[in-house]
Amino acid sequence: MTANVPDDARRLAERLLGPTDPELSCEECFDALDVYVERELAGAKADTEMPAMRAHLEGCSACRDDHDSLLALLRKGFGA
Amino acid sequence: MLAFRVDPRFSGSVTTEPPGARVAAGVAVPPDTVSQAWVERLGCPGPERDAAAAELHGLLLRAARFEIARRRAAFSHLGGADLDDLAWQSADDALMSILRRLGDFRGDSRFTTWACKFAIVEAGVKVRRHAWHGREVHVDSSFWPVVADTAPGPQQHAEARDLLLAVGEEVERLTARQREVFVAIALHDVPIDVLAERLNTTRGALYKTLHDARRKLRAALAARGLGIDVGGQP
Repeated sequence: MTANVPDDARRLAERLLGPTDPELSCEECFDALDVYVERELAGAKADTEMPAMRAHLEGCSACRDDHDSLLALLRKGFGA
Repeated sequence: MLAFRVDPRFSGSVTTEPPGARVAAGVAVPPDTVSQAWVERLGCPGPERDAAAAELHGLLLRAARFEIARRRAAFSHLGGADLDDLAWQSADDALMSILRRLGDFRGDSRFTTWACKFAIVEAGVKVRRHAWHGREVHVDSSFWPVVADTAPGPQQHAEARDLLLAVGEEVERLTARQREVFVAIALHDVPIDVLAERLNTTRGALYKTLHDARRKLRAALAARGLGIDVGGQP
């Protein structure tokens, strides 16, 4: 693995080291996922309302995948 | 209003409510009437419960198929029938989880949103595990990233190189378990579900280990004056 420029190296370091803010666990993330996604779709500032959720999504790629999929599903009008 | 496809293994039909935000942050509201109806039908033993479960299964199957289609690139070795079988398994498992945890639904979102997250997560886990089936999981740090010599300035290059080298050195000071989990997930991008299965543990337990490892690394780097913000970690 090679980082080509210092910015890449810093981004890589940040990705390796994960979020610095307090974050939810995977279980707490799952519990809050439906509410968080509906708040996003409603145009609310979900990140401000639930900052620990955003921090976890930055640090956990599996939970981020789940979030992105649920958001995409609802954006397609699924369940409407 | 949307009519869901009814699973042939069940009977019944379904309609659901229009979308909308269910709750403002911190303000509890009762479930909307459609969500409430779902919970009541699923919680009352008898033919009505069976019909509601069949309707819900159809919804979950569609959600699982959606998720699997999104991740299809990871499945080049699987045919359409295999993928659909995966969707069925995901919907079956999601339905079981939902029925077991029905009392957890508080009405903070629409019931259908709450239910679909089970199908999405089940399908996501199965997708990741299938994609990694038979692949070796690397847990050693012998391929630590390096900074290429194309950096624009000597000072920036040195700082970036020193930062990555320092992270690598501090990784070696983690406990064996922390290092194993950190290297696999953060460095080699092994999905946490896959690693949890290989190590016979849970996603939550692994993420806690990863979280502790990252916190230890950030603190060690800060102590070396390397400018990584430790933030508000407890």
